[in-house]
Amino acid sequence: MDFHNLSLKEQLQGLKKGSFSSTELTSHYLERIEKYDDELNSFISITAERALIQAQNSDERYANNQAYGLDGIPLAHKDIFCTKDVLTTCGSKMLHNFVSPYSSTVYEKLDAQGMVMLGKTNMDEFAMGSSNETSYFGPVKNPWNKEYVPGGSSGGSAACVAANLTPVATATDTGGSIRQPASLCGLTGIKPTYGRVSRYGMIAFASSLDQGGVLAKSAEDAALILEAMSGYDPKDSTSLNVKHIDFQTNLNESIKNLNIGLPKEFFDAELPPYLQKSIQESVDVYKHLGANIVEISLPNINLSLPIYYIIAPAECSANLSRYDGVRYGYRCKNPKDIDDLFMRTREEGFGSEVKRRILIGTYALSAGYYDAYYLKAQKCRQLVANDFTEAFKKVDVILSPTTPGTAFKSGEKTSDPVEMYLQDIFTIPANLAGLPALSIPCGEHEGLPLGLQLVGNSLQESTLLQFAQAFQSNTDWHKKLPNI
Amino acid sequence: MALSDKELKEIAYLARINVKENSLKKLKKELGDILNLFEELNLADTNSVEAMSHPLDLSQPTRKDLVTEKDMREELQKNAPSVQSGLFLVPKVIEGED
Repeated sequence: MDFHNLSLKEQLQGLKKGSFSSTELTSHYLERIEKYDDELNSFISITAERALIQAQNSDERYANNQAYGLDGIPLAHKDIFCTKDVLTTCGSKMLHNFVSPYSSTVYEKLDAQGMVMLGKTNMDEFAMGSSNETSYFGPVKNPWNKEYVPGGSSGGSAACVAANLTPVATATDTGGSIRQPASLCGLTGIKPTYGRVSRYGMIAFASSLDQGGVLAKSAEDAALILEAMSGYDPKDSTSLNVKHIDFQTNLNESIKNLNIGLPKEFFDAELPPYLQKSIQESVDVYKHLGANIVEISLPNINLSLPIYYIIAPAECSANLSRYDGVRYGYRCKNPKDIDDLFMRTREEGFGSEVKRRILIGTYALSAGYYDAYYLKAQKCRQLVANDFTEAFKKVDVILSPTTPGTAFKSGEKTSDPVEMYLQDIFTIPANLAGLPALSIPCGEHEGLPLGLQLVGNSLQESTLLQFAQAFQSNTDWHKKLPNI
Repeated sequence: MALSDKELKEIAYLARINVKENSLKKLKKELGDILNLFEELNLADTNSVEAMSHPLDLSQPTRKDLVTEKDMREELQKNAPSVQSGLFLVPKVIEGED
């Protein structure tokens, strides 16, 4: 049976009815991973044995009428989420041998729902990258066309969901790392409001921007998993202590008379004609559904990229100082003194993009430059956040492309870091302001998918998912999957 | 803007990352390109703007001063490159004791 053509809800119903077992479902995905992942390289670790034990336990719970909410559904975790007794590498040589002594809250929450972990997915090293080419474990290929990148940093999670090697995968987003690969692989990817999903046990890159989320094949699937991942966690001091919201109930409500803002600054940018056309067609879908289209202005939005490339590296340089070859991870051979131990461990253990960002961050935070760079960036960040506050007085969601175009060829942008950074020009602003945002498939060009981004006001994930669901109830783009 | 060799070496030492002489030139160019991106911020008027250090306007939560973590020394040290008698081993830091 082609289990992978079923939605999560259908898979759950099948398990509940006893039409098939979690062992059958899990085996199906493990077989597909075995068959297709050598080429895609979307997994760093495949935990087949453990998955089959989890599946068997799930089957027993169903037999005893003790099943949990998402019992028996397989998933893959981005290798940034610590999982006890399993390798957690963050895509880095620095952590190539790291076995976490505890699990992340995200893992615990989904495990407590009975979900079965198939493995840990490949990613850009320490989540720094937009093409999944910076991983120590090799690049990931885009299942739509293997000469192209899947996007990053959650490229492994995106590739394996798009290739139906797992029904769903966790991911993280610091500047677009869920939405950009969702766009490039034709998936639905949501980054919730900062603080919605606990960061405990999620390896830190830029702590004021990092947020966990989901890559799935539809808004409905994404809503189901996001709801299970979310919630207050006393172990994360930035976790939001807000009422738990049910992302399901309002999913199918009409978006009639709701307001969609189109920021003129995004549409003034030079977009390729095929992208303009797809976005215009998507806007027409929403118009047809009764939404109002409003032109808005985010006057400081063009500052987002430079702000991000000061703040993210500054925070990363502090967060990554913990990798020193003393307590865990990689250590250089034959250090002659303590400085040599630190300096060669970090030279050899980190890849070039990670080192560039640590150096930029160190510079931006160093005496004499702090005010000119870091403080200035934080002030500008406030300006961008204020722009959103103003905009959300008038509109319910803000619509734009997710990326400046379709996926690009492997190796095309690796020689020019700044060129690569431009991939995230539309996604970064939501991270700066801590707002929820998602990407849904909205078209294709030359056989590669295109994504539409919706940004919502703080804690309005339900509204975003409602808009995504309305779109997907009236279009088929999300149903198209690559022929692998 | 461009960094001098001396500046780059200083930053690399602050970050404790060894940089080989033959990679200085390429790295200076790459970092210079990134620093050029930042110039755009100088155009923004931020005189009356407060710095935003975090997306959430929250006060730091506090907890009761109680021990909540169990002793995991052995488990934690399983990941260490070098351990002796429950201590992390590093090259000698205090000189003159041979």
